[in-house]
Amino acid sequence: MPVEFDQDPKIQAYAHPERLVTTEWLAAHLDDPGLVVAESDEDVLLYDTGHIPGAVKIDWHADLNDPLTRDYVDADAFAALMSAKGIAPDTTIVFYGDQNNWWAAYALWVTSLFGHADVRLLDGGRKKWMDEGRPMTTEVPSPAPAGYPVTERDDSVIRAYREQVLAHIGNGKLVDVRSPGEYSGELLHMADYPQEGALRGGHIPTAANVPWRRAANEDDGTFLPADQLAAIYQDEIGLGTGDDVIAYCRIGERSSHTWFVLTHLLGFDNVRNYDGSWVEWGNAVRVPIEK
Amino acid sequence: MRDALHEIVEEFADTPKELRLPLLLDFANALPALPERLEDDRDSMEPVEECQAPLFLAVEVQPDEVRLFFDAPPEAPTSRGFASVLHQGLDGATPEEVLATPNDFYLSMGLDELVTPLRMRGMAGMLARVKRRVAEGMPAAS
Repeated sequence: MPVEFDQDPKIQAYAHPERLVTTEWLAAHLDDPGLVVAESDEDVLLYDTGHIPGAVKIDWHADLNDPLTRDYVDADAFAALMSAKGIAPDTTIVFYGDQNNWWAAYALWVTSLFGHADVRLLDGGRKKWMDEGRPMTTEVPSPAPAGYPVTERDDSVIRAYREQVLAHIGNGKLVDVRSPGEYSGELLHMADYPQEGALRGGHIPTAANVPWRRAANEDDGTFLPADQLAAIYQDEIGLGTGDDVIAYCRIGERSSHTWFVLTHLLGFDNVRNYDGSWVEWGNAVRVPIEK
Repeated sequence: MRDALHEIVEEFADTPKELRLPLLLDFANALPALPERLEDDRDSMEPVEECQAPLFLAVEVQPDEVRLFFDAPPEAPTSRGFASVLHQGLDGATPEEVLATPNDFYLSMGLDELVTPLRMRGMAGMLARVKRRVAEGMPAAS
Protein backbone atom coordinates (compact mmCIF):
# COMPACT_ATOMS: atom_id res chain seq x y z
CA MET A 1 0.00 0.00 0.00
CA PRO A 2 1.69 3.25 -1.04
CA VAL A 3 1.38 6.22 1.25
CA GLU A 4 -1.52 8.36 -0.01
CA PHE A 5 -0.79 11.05 -2.58
CA ASP A 6 -0.86 14.80 -2.06
CA GLN A 7 -4.19 16.20 -3.29
CA ASP A 8 -2.93 19.80 -3.41
CA PRO A 9 -4.42 21.43 -6.57
CA LYS A 10 -1.09 22.78 -7.83
CA ILE A 11 0.42 19.32 -7.56
CA GLN A 12 -2.59 17.64 -9.09
CA ALA A 13 -2.12 19.77 -12.23
CA TYR A 14 1.20 18.00 -13.03
CA ALA A 15 1.30 14.98 -15.31
CA HIS A 16 2.42 12.69 -12.46
CA PRO A 17 1.18 14.29 -9.25
CA GLU A 18 2.26 11.22 -7.31
CA ARG A 19 5.89 12.39 -7.65
CA LEU A 20 5.68 15.61 -5.63
CA VAL A 21 4.51 16.54 -2.14
CA THR A 22 4.02 19.87 -0.41
CA THR A 23 5.59 20.77 2.92
CA GLU A 24 2.09 20.73 4.46
CA TRP A 25 1.56 17.19 3.23
CA LEU A 26 4.91 16.02 4.56
CA ALA A 27 4.35 17.63 7.96
CA ALA A 28 1.08 15.69 8.23
CA HIS A 29 2.56 12.37 7.05
CA LEU A 30 5.97 12.31 8.76
CA ASP A 31 4.99 9.41 10.98
CA ASP A 32 3.25 7.34 8.31
CA PRO A 33 4.47 3.76 8.21
CA GLY A 34 6.09 2.94 4.89
CA LEU A 35 7.47 6.47 4.42
CA VAL A 36 11.15 7.38 4.61
CA VAL A 37 12.30 10.98 4.21
CA ALA A 38 15.81 11.30 2.74
CA GLU A 39 17.92 14.45 2.65
CA SER A 40 20.46 14.87 -0.17
CA ASP A 41 22.49 18.06 -0.19
CA GLU A 42 25.25 19.73 -2.05
CA ASP A 43 26.89 20.51 1.28
CA VAL A 44 27.94 17.26 2.88
CA LEU A 45 27.62 18.66 6.42
CA LEU A 46 24.27 20.37 6.10
CA TYR A 47 22.18 17.39 7.22
CA ASP A 48 24.25 17.17 10.39
CA THR A 49 23.46 20.77 11.30
CA GLY A 50 19.76 19.86 11.44
CA HIS A 51 17.22 18.02 9.28
CA ILE A 52 13.55 17.10 9.12
CA PRO A 53 12.72 14.84 12.09
CA GLY A 54 13.24 11.20 11.16
CA ALA A 55 14.99 11.99 7.86
CA VAL A 56 17.98 9.89 6.83
CA LYS A 57 20.95 11.27 4.91
CA ILE A 58 21.87 10.01 1.45
CA ASP A 59 25.08 11.57 0.21
CA TRP A 60 25.47 11.76 -3.56
CA HIS A 61 29.25 11.49 -3.39
CA ALA A 62 29.87 8.99 -0.60
CA ASP A 63 26.73 6.86 -0.99
CA LEU A 64 25.68 6.92 -4.64
CA ASN A 65 28.93 7.20 -6.58
CA ASP A 66 31.31 4.32 -7.00
CA PRO A 67 34.55 5.21 -5.20
CA LEU A 68 36.74 3.91 -8.03
CA THR A 69 35.04 4.03 -11.42
CA ARG A 70 33.24 7.14 -12.58
CA ASP A 71 29.87 5.44 -12.28
CA TYR A 72 27.11 4.85 -9.79
CA VAL A 73 27.31 2.20 -7.11
CA ASP A 74 26.54 -1.35 -8.12
CA ALA A 75 23.47 -3.36 -7.21
CA ASP A 76 24.97 -4.84 -4.03
CA ALA A 77 26.07 -1.48 -2.68
CA PHE A 78 22.72 0.10 -3.52
CA ALA A 79 20.80 -2.66 -1.77
CA ALA A 80 23.03 -2.33 1.28
CA LEU A 81 22.51 1.46 1.31
CA MET A 82 18.73 1.21 1.07
CA SER A 83 18.59 -1.47 3.70
CA ALA A 84 20.74 0.55 6.10
CA LYS A 85 18.46 3.56 5.67
CA GLY A 86 15.40 1.48 6.55
CA ILE A 87 14.10 1.50 2.98
CA ALA A 88 12.33 -1.57 1.58
CA PRO A 89 11.26 -1.97 -2.07
CA ASP A 90 7.70 -0.85 -1.25
CA THR A 91 8.80 2.15 0.83
CA THR A 92 7.72 5.62 -0.25
CA ILE A 93 10.87 7.78 -0.35
CA VAL A 94 10.46 11.55 -0.15
CA PHE A 95 13.71 13.27 -1.15
CA TYR A 96 14.50 16.85 -0.24
CA GLY A 97 17.63 18.96 -0.07
CA ASP A 98 19.37 22.30 -0.45
CA GLN A 99 19.74 24.40 -3.60
CA ASN A 100 16.19 23.97 -4.95
CA ASN A 101 16.39 20.18 -4.57
CA TRP A 102 19.28 20.05 -7.00
CA TRP A 103 20.97 17.04 -5.33
CA ALA A 104 17.68 15.59 -4.11
CA ALA A 105 16.58 15.28 -7.73
CA TYR A 106 19.90 13.62 -8.53
CA ALA A 107 19.46 11.09 -5.71
CA LEU A 108 15.91 10.45 -6.90
CA TRP A 109 17.15 9.84 -10.43
CA VAL A 110 19.87 7.41 -9.29
CA THR A 111 17.32 5.61 -7.12
CA SER A 112 15.11 5.35 -10.20
CA LEU A 113 17.94 3.64 -12.12
CA PHE A 114 17.55 0.80 -9.66
CA GLY A 115 13.81 0.68 -10.28
CA HIS A 116 12.64 1.88 -6.87
CA ALA A 117 8.94 2.47 -7.52
CA ASP A 118 7.68 5.18 -5.20
CA VAL A 119 10.04 8.16 -5.16
CA ARG A 120 8.84 11.72 -4.56
CA LEU A 121 10.34 15.17 -4.12
CA LEU A 122 9.41 17.70 -1.46
CA ASP A 123 8.34 20.83 -3.37
CA GLY A 124 10.57 23.71 -2.27
CA GLY A 125 13.01 21.41 -0.49
CA ARG A 126 14.91 22.17 2.67
CA LYS A 127 14.70 25.94 2.37
CA LYS A 128 10.91 26.10 2.18
CA TRP A 129 10.54 23.72 5.11
CA MET A 130 12.86 25.89 7.21
CA ASP A 131 11.41 29.20 6.03
CA GLU A 132 8.03 28.00 7.23
CA GLY A 133 9.50 27.40 10.68
CA ARG A 134 8.81 23.68 10.58
CA PRO A 135 10.65 21.40 13.00
CA MET A 136 14.27 20.42 12.50
CA THR A 137 16.42 18.14 14.60
CA THR A 138 20.02 17.00 14.86
CA GLU A 139 18.93 13.58 16.10
CA VAL A 140 20.06 10.96 13.59
CA PRO A 141 17.61 8.05 13.26
CA SER A 142 18.87 4.47 13.51
CA PRO A 143 16.40 2.55 11.35
CA ALA A 144 16.19 -1.21 11.56
CA PRO A 145 17.79 -2.73 8.44
CA ALA A 146 15.02 -3.20 5.90
CA GLY A 147 16.38 -6.10 3.86
CA TYR A 148 16.46 -4.57 0.38
CA PRO A 149 16.87 -7.16 -2.37
CA VAL A 150 19.70 -6.82 -4.87
CA THR A 151 18.12 -5.28 -7.97
CA GLU A 152 20.20 -4.70 -11.08
CA ARG A 153 20.61 -1.13 -12.23
CA ASP A 154 18.89 -0.49 -15.56
CA ASP A 155 20.84 2.17 -17.47
CA SER A 156 18.90 1.72 -20.69
CA VAL A 157 15.81 3.83 -20.06
CA ILE A 158 16.66 7.06 -18.26
CA ARG A 159 20.45 7.26 -18.64
CA ALA A 160 22.42 8.18 -21.77
CA TYR A 161 26.06 7.48 -22.60
CA ARG A 162 28.38 9.52 -24.78
CA GLU A 163 28.04 7.22 -27.81
CA GLN A 164 24.27 7.49 -27.59
CA VAL A 165 24.45 11.26 -27.36
CA LEU A 166 26.70 11.35 -30.42
CA ALA A 167 24.16 9.28 -32.38
CA HIS A 168 21.36 11.47 -31.03
CA ILE A 169 22.65 14.69 -32.66
CA GLY A 170 20.27 15.47 -35.49
CA ASN A 171 17.96 12.62 -34.56
CA GLY A 172 16.53 13.69 -31.22
CA LYS A 173 16.22 16.67 -28.93
CA LEU A 174 19.01 17.84 -26.63
CA VAL A 175 18.61 20.19 -23.69
CA ASP A 176 21.63 21.88 -22.16
CA VAL A 177 20.56 22.97 -18.67
CA ARG A 178 23.72 24.90 -17.77
CA SER A 179 23.96 28.67 -17.50
CA PRO A 180 24.01 30.76 -20.70
CA GLY A 181 27.72 31.51 -20.17
CA GLU A 182 28.61 27.82 -20.01
CA TYR A 183 26.40 27.07 -23.02
CA SER A 184 28.00 29.77 -25.13
CA GLY A 185 31.48 28.62 -24.16
CA GLU A 186 32.46 31.88 -22.46
CA LEU A 187 32.73 29.98 -19.20
CA LEU A 188 34.20 26.55 -18.70
CA HIS A 189 32.30 26.18 -15.44
CA MET A 190 29.50 27.77 -13.47
CA ALA A 191 29.96 31.37 -12.38
CA ASP A 192 31.33 31.47 -8.82
CA TYR A 193 32.14 27.76 -8.94
CA PRO A 194 35.57 26.26 -9.41
CA GLN A 195 36.87 25.05 -12.72
CA GLU A 196 36.21 21.35 -13.02
CA GLY A 197 38.58 20.58 -15.80
CA ALA A 198 36.85 20.79 -19.17
CA LEU A 199 39.36 21.52 -21.92
CA ARG A 200 36.83 22.92 -24.36
CA GLY A 201 33.87 25.24 -23.90
CA GLY A 202 30.59 25.36 -25.79
CA HIS A 203 27.69 22.95 -26.14
CA ILE A 204 26.66 19.79 -27.94
CA PRO A 205 25.40 20.71 -31.44
CA THR A 206 21.61 21.18 -31.73
CA ALA A 207 21.14 21.47 -27.94
CA ALA A 208 18.68 24.10 -26.73
CA ASN A 209 19.64 26.01 -23.58
CA VAL A 210 17.22 26.14 -20.66
CA PRO A 211 19.06 26.72 -17.38
CA TRP A 212 17.69 24.22 -14.86
CA ARG A 213 16.85 26.87 -12.30
CA ARG A 214 14.17 28.37 -14.54
CA ALA A 215 11.89 25.48 -13.53
CA ALA A 216 11.75 26.77 -9.96
CA ASN A 217 10.23 29.87 -8.38
CA GLU A 218 13.00 32.20 -7.29
CA ASP A 219 11.46 33.06 -3.95
CA ASP A 220 10.59 29.73 -2.38
CA GLY A 221 12.29 27.19 -4.68
CA THR A 222 9.05 25.36 -5.49
CA PHE A 223 8.50 24.16 -9.05
CA LEU A 224 6.66 26.50 -11.40
CA PRO A 225 3.04 25.53 -12.00
CA ALA A 226 2.41 23.05 -14.82
CA ASP A 227 1.28 25.64 -17.37
CA GLN A 228 4.39 27.79 -16.84
CA LEU A 229 6.67 24.78 -17.21
CA ALA A 230 4.88 23.84 -20.44
CA ALA A 231 5.38 27.41 -21.69
CA ILE A 232 9.14 27.04 -21.25
CA TYR A 233 9.83 23.52 -22.44
CA GLN A 234 7.04 22.99 -24.95
CA ASP A 235 6.24 26.45 -26.36
CA GLU A 236 9.60 28.16 -26.05
CA ILE A 237 12.00 25.42 -27.17
CA GLY A 238 9.45 23.23 -28.92
CA LEU A 239 9.79 19.94 -27.11
CA GLY A 240 6.91 17.47 -27.37
CA THR A 241 5.96 14.95 -24.69
CA GLY A 242 6.61 12.11 -27.13
CA ASP A 243 10.06 13.37 -28.21
CA ASP A 244 13.24 11.47 -27.57
CA VAL A 245 15.04 13.93 -25.25
CA ILE A 246 18.48 13.90 -23.63
CA ALA A 247 19.35 16.46 -20.96
CA TYR A 248 22.86 17.25 -19.78
CA CYS A 249 24.79 19.73 -17.66
CA ARG A 250 28.26 19.46 -16.13
CA ILE A 251 28.26 16.13 -14.28
CA GLY A 252 24.59 15.21 -14.58
CA GLU A 253 23.18 16.66 -11.37
CA ARG A 254 21.49 19.80 -12.65
CA SER A 255 20.12 17.79 -15.57
CA SER A 256 18.56 15.27 -13.14
CA HIS A 257 16.45 18.19 -11.97
CA THR A 258 15.34 18.93 -15.55
CA TRP A 259 14.82 15.20 -16.16
CA PHE A 260 12.43 15.21 -13.18
CA VAL A 261 10.54 18.22 -14.54
CA LEU A 262 10.15 16.79 -18.04
CA THR A 263 9.38 13.22 -16.98
CA HIS A 264 7.29 13.57 -13.88
CA LEU A 265 5.84 17.08 -13.98
CA LEU A 266 5.22 17.41 -17.73
CA GLY A 267 4.74 13.72 -18.53
CA PHE A 268 7.38 13.24 -21.22
CA ASP A 269 7.72 9.54 -22.07
CA ASN A 270 11.31 9.35 -23.17
CA VAL A 271 13.82 11.56 -21.36
CA ARG A 272 17.34 10.45 -20.55
CA ASN A 273 19.99 12.14 -18.44
CA TYR A 274 23.51 12.21 -19.88
CA ASP A 275 25.46 12.12 -16.62
CA GLY A 276 28.85 12.21 -18.37
CA SER A 277 27.77 15.71 -19.39
CA TRP A 278 30.21 18.50 -20.12
CA VAL A 279 33.03 17.19 -17.95
CA GLU A 280 33.12 14.21 -20.32
CA TRP A 281 32.09 15.91 -23.60
CA GLY A 282 34.35 18.95 -23.17
CA ASN A 283 37.34 16.63 -22.73
CA ALA A 284 36.49 13.95 -25.28
CA VAL A 285 38.60 13.76 -28.42
CA ARG A 286 36.86 14.41 -31.76
CA VAL A 287 33.31 14.95 -30.58
CA PRO A 288 31.57 17.91 -32.24
CA ILE A 289 31.16 21.14 -30.30
CA GLU A 290 29.21 24.26 -31.12
CA LYS A 291 29.73 27.72 -29.68
CA MET B 1 53.89 23.46 8.87
CA ARG B 2 52.88 25.53 11.91
CA ASP B 3 52.30 23.33 14.97
CA ALA B 4 48.69 24.41 15.50
CA LEU B 5 47.76 23.47 11.93
CA HIS B 6 49.78 20.28 12.01
CA GLU B 7 47.92 19.17 15.13
CA ILE B 8 44.57 19.71 13.43
CA VAL B 9 45.66 17.70 10.39
CA GLU B 10 46.78 14.87 12.69
CA GLU B 11 43.57 15.06 14.69
CA PHE B 12 41.54 14.48 11.52
CA ALA B 13 43.84 11.75 10.28
CA ASP B 14 43.68 9.92 13.65
CA THR B 15 39.89 10.17 13.87
CA PRO B 16 37.93 7.17 12.58
CA LYS B 17 36.45 7.87 9.17
CA GLU B 18 32.84 7.96 10.37
CA LEU B 19 33.69 10.61 12.95
CA ARG B 20 35.59 12.95 10.62
CA LEU B 21 32.51 14.79 9.35
CA PRO B 22 31.20 15.38 12.90
CA LEU B 23 34.66 16.72 13.72
CA LEU B 24 34.50 19.06 10.73
CA LEU B 25 31.09 20.18 11.95
CA ASP B 26 32.61 20.99 15.36
CA PHE B 27 35.09 23.19 13.55
CA ALA B 28 32.27 24.80 11.53
CA ASN B 29 30.43 25.65 14.73
CA ALA B 30 33.58 27.07 16.27
CA LEU B 31 34.22 29.61 13.50
CA PRO B 32 34.17 32.96 15.30
CA ALA B 33 31.80 35.70 14.19
CA LEU B 34 33.31 38.68 12.40
CA PRO B 35 34.50 41.54 14.55
CA GLU B 36 32.27 44.58 14.32
CA ARG B 37 34.66 46.58 12.14
CA LEU B 38 34.40 43.91 9.41
CA GLU B 39 30.73 43.21 10.03
CA ASP B 40 30.16 46.84 9.02
CA ASP B 41 32.55 46.66 6.08
CA ARG B 42 31.87 43.36 4.35
CA ASP B 43 32.55 44.87 0.93
CA SER B 44 36.23 45.02 1.88
CA MET B 45 36.37 41.21 2.22
CA GLU B 46 37.58 38.99 -0.59
CA PRO B 47 35.22 36.37 -2.05
CA VAL B 48 36.74 32.89 -2.38
CA GLU B 49 35.47 31.70 -5.74
CA GLU B 50 36.90 28.21 -5.36
CA CYS B 51 34.31 27.48 -2.68
CA GLN B 52 30.96 26.16 -3.77
CA ALA B 53 29.16 28.32 -1.24
CA PRO B 54 29.65 31.99 -0.51
CA LEU B 55 32.76 32.51 1.58
CA PHE B 56 34.61 35.74 2.28
CA LEU B 57 37.92 36.32 3.93
CA ALA B 58 39.97 39.18 5.25
CA VAL B 59 43.66 39.12 6.19
CA GLU B 60 45.43 41.63 8.41
CA VAL B 61 49.20 41.46 8.19
CA GLN B 62 51.47 42.82 10.92
CA PRO B 63 55.25 42.30 10.84
CA ASP B 64 55.02 39.52 13.43
CA GLU B 65 51.43 38.38 13.23
CA VAL B 66 48.75 37.53 10.67
CA ARG B 67 45.09 37.81 11.65
CA LEU B 68 42.51 35.87 9.63
CA PHE B 69 38.78 36.51 9.36
CA PHE B 70 36.26 34.35 7.55
CA ASP B 71 32.57 34.74 6.88
CA ALA B 72 30.23 32.04 5.53
CA PRO B 73 26.51 31.46 6.10
CA PRO B 74 25.16 28.68 8.34
CA GLU B 75 23.78 26.86 5.27
CA ALA B 76 27.37 26.32 4.10
CA PRO B 77 28.79 24.29 7.00
CA THR B 78 31.50 22.59 4.94
CA SER B 79 32.95 25.94 3.86
CA ARG B 80 32.69 27.14 7.45
CA GLY B 81 34.49 24.01 8.62
CA PHE B 82 37.36 24.51 6.17
CA ALA B 83 37.61 28.18 7.12
CA SER B 84 37.67 27.26 10.78
CA VAL B 85 40.51 24.78 10.25
CA LEU B 86 42.57 27.54 8.66
CA HIS B 87 41.55 29.98 11.35
CA GLN B 88 42.51 27.74 14.24
CA GLY B 89 45.64 26.60 12.45
CA LEU B 90 47.01 29.90 11.18
CA ASP B 91 45.42 32.85 12.97
CA GLY B 92 48.17 34.61 14.92
CA ALA B 93 50.96 32.96 12.95
CA THR B 94 53.87 34.95 11.62
CA PRO B 95 53.79 35.89 7.93
CA GLU B 96 56.66 33.47 7.34
CA GLU B 97 54.73 30.61 8.95
CA VAL B 98 51.69 31.29 6.78
CA LEU B 99 53.78 31.38 3.62
CA ALA B 100 55.53 28.14 4.58
CA THR B 101 52.23 26.22 4.79
CA PRO B 102 52.25 23.50 2.13
CA ASN B 103 49.54 24.20 -0.46
CA ASP B 104 48.30 20.62 -0.21
CA PHE B 105 48.43 20.34 3.60
CA TYR B 106 44.78 19.22 3.73
CA LEU B 107 45.38 16.07 1.67
CA SER B 108 46.55 14.26 4.80
CA MET B 109 43.33 14.95 6.71
CA GLY B 110 41.56 11.89 5.30
CA LEU B 111 38.57 13.87 4.09
CA ASP B 112 38.88 12.94 0.43
CA GLU B 113 36.56 9.94 0.68
CA LEU B 114 33.92 12.05 2.37
CA VAL B 115 34.14 15.34 0.54
CA THR B 116 34.34 15.72 -3.24
CA PRO B 117 37.64 16.83 -4.79
CA LEU B 118 35.86 19.92 -6.03
CA ARG B 119 34.98 20.93 -2.49
CA MET B 120 38.44 20.11 -1.20
CA ARG B 121 39.71 22.60 -3.75
CA GLY B 122 37.85 25.25 -1.76
CA MET B 123 40.38 24.74 1.01
CA ALA B 124 43.24 25.21 -1.45
CA GLY B 125 41.55 28.35 -2.76
CA MET B 126 41.27 29.82 0.72
CA LEU B 127 44.89 29.11 1.57
CA ALA B 128 46.14 30.47 -1.76
CA ARG B 129 44.27 33.72 -1.20
CA VAL B 130 45.49 34.04 2.37
CA LYS B 131 49.08 33.49 1.24
CA ARG B 132 48.78 36.01 -1.55
CA ARG B 133 47.43 38.64 0.85
CA VAL B 134 50.23 37.92 3.28
CA ALA B 135 52.87 38.17 0.57
CA GLU B 136 51.42 41.49 -0.58
CA GLY B 137 51.24 42.77 2.99
CA MET B 138 54.83 42.03 3.87
CA PRO B 139 57.36 44.84 3.75
CA ALA B 140 59.41 44.63 0.56
CA ALA B 141 62.81 43.06 1.05
CA SER B 142 65.46 45.73 1.15
